[in-house]
Amino acid sequence: MKYLEEFQNPELARGLLEDIKAAVTRPWALMEVCGGQTHTIIRHGIDQLLPEGVELIHGPGCPVCVTPLEVIDKALEIASRPGVIFCSFGDMLRVPGTDRDLFRVRGEGGDVRVVYSPLDALKIARENPHREVVFFGIGFETTAPPNAMTVYQARKHRIDNFSLLVSHVRVPPAIDAIMNSPDCRVQGFLAAGHVCSVMGTEEYPELAARHRVPIVVTGFEPLDILEGIRRTVRQLERGEHTVENAYERAVRPEGNPAARAMLEDVFEVTDRAWRGIGVIPQSGWRLAERYREHDAEHRFDVSGITTRESELCRSGEVLQGLIKPHECEAFGTTCTPRNPLGATMVSTEGACAAYYLYRRLGTPVSLEVAPVG
Amino acid sequence: MCLAVPGRVVEIEERDGARMAVMDFGGVVKDVCLEYLPDLAVGEYAIVHVGFALQRLDEESARRTLDLFAELGLLMEEFGDPWEAAAASGAGEELQR
Ligand code: SF4
Repeated sequence: MKYLEEFQNPELARGLLEDIKAAVTRPWALMEVCGGQTHTIIRHGIDQLLPEGVELIHGPGCPVCVTPLEVIDKALEIASRPGVIFCSFGDMLRVPGTDRDLFRVRGEGGDVRVVYSPLDALKIARENPHREVVFFGIGFETTAPPNAMTVYQARKHRIDNFSLLVSHVRVPPAIDAIMNSPDCRVQGFLAAGHVCSVMGTEEYPELAARHRVPIVVTGFEPLDILEGIRRTVRQLERGEHTVENAYERAVRPEGNPAARAMLEDVFEVTDRAWRGIGVIPQSGWRLAERYREHDAEHRFDVSGITTRESELCRSGEVLQGLIKPHECEAFGTTCTPRNPLGATMVSTEGACAAYYLYRRLGTPVSLEVAPVG
Repeated sequence: MCLAVPGRVVEIEERDGARMAVMDFGGVVKDVCLEYLPDLAVGEYAIVHVGFALQRLDEESARRTLDLFAELGLLMEEFGDPWEAAAASGAGEELQR
């Protein structure tokens, strides 16, 4: 148990692992939905500590990874235009578009700025009334409310030079799509805790019942993950399939009502393409009609983009849990965090990067690699 | 990006028509929007994601999480300089080629 001492409370961790071991009578495949959870699992070797037969399949919950190439290319195109200040979270900088990334656009003279919060982008818009300020609004239900608030504020205070390039995604339709896939091996889900902090748990009982699959709302710390696995396995062994909340300290059944109300006001549900996976019906948000003037796709003509994915990259299969990162031939050889071929190698929430940084499976890896921020 | 970090409210004020707070994340201080948790009070803890308080948290679990994040270097990842991080991870080289 080489990682166990690194847990904040090794005794508690050992107890949870023993509970899981005692409960398991046959193999089970669980999917952790969120990339943050994947990161914790690989960093702490949780998958290796689990009893044999309990497999973790890494889900598509890395927002950076699933943002479609077309949207990335649109971002690059808008960011290159004179007069535009393009604002983004830091982890989008190095996501490969068809032939470059935002980091490069900035090197070529684009005004690309990294912000910690979308409100910082709104502030930049206030301070630069003669420039077009665009914020790259990607992410799941956790990040959507902050972005919604900025658009709401922009409209309310008539900050007309602010717009959002939106590619928001929603977890429940992704769970549905994964369960509907003919290749699906997933028997239980660890649902993403912070998504549920916002949205609550109301969307999940119907999914759990229809697909006869346990869904356990789980946090991001090592002990949280073990607890989520323990509860999922217990349900599976008992033949149950209900929704449980193993992250009660941060998730209330109703979520955050103010944030949900804002989401309803600013966004509307739409079909959305996920990079490497394809279109999942009703799986995204776009700006509602009355906010359309703050929609960057509406404001800038970015149609007619042709995209080209790397032929080697198998991130779509990684994102669907069909292969593990090191089964990709490019892993660690032509594809590394220094030179990523796919988005799953860029973000620390991406499974390929997590495997590369912490696992180093079967490939010679130089030690000077800095963790991606 | 999906990281959400617990912080403690130090100060509350109205700014540009929004309810804002100064919050402390284990020594790092940031502006945080409280519009989604308007009754959060000074001294209380909440989970904060990209500058927005999203859910209240009790003090004990908030502190435990912050200790863990500090130990793992996650606070630097969240609040450090993203250009430096991107450059360190190699994109800088590409530009010089
Ligand atoms: S290792 Fe690289 S090329 Fe292979 S799937 Fe992952 S991101 Fe794509």
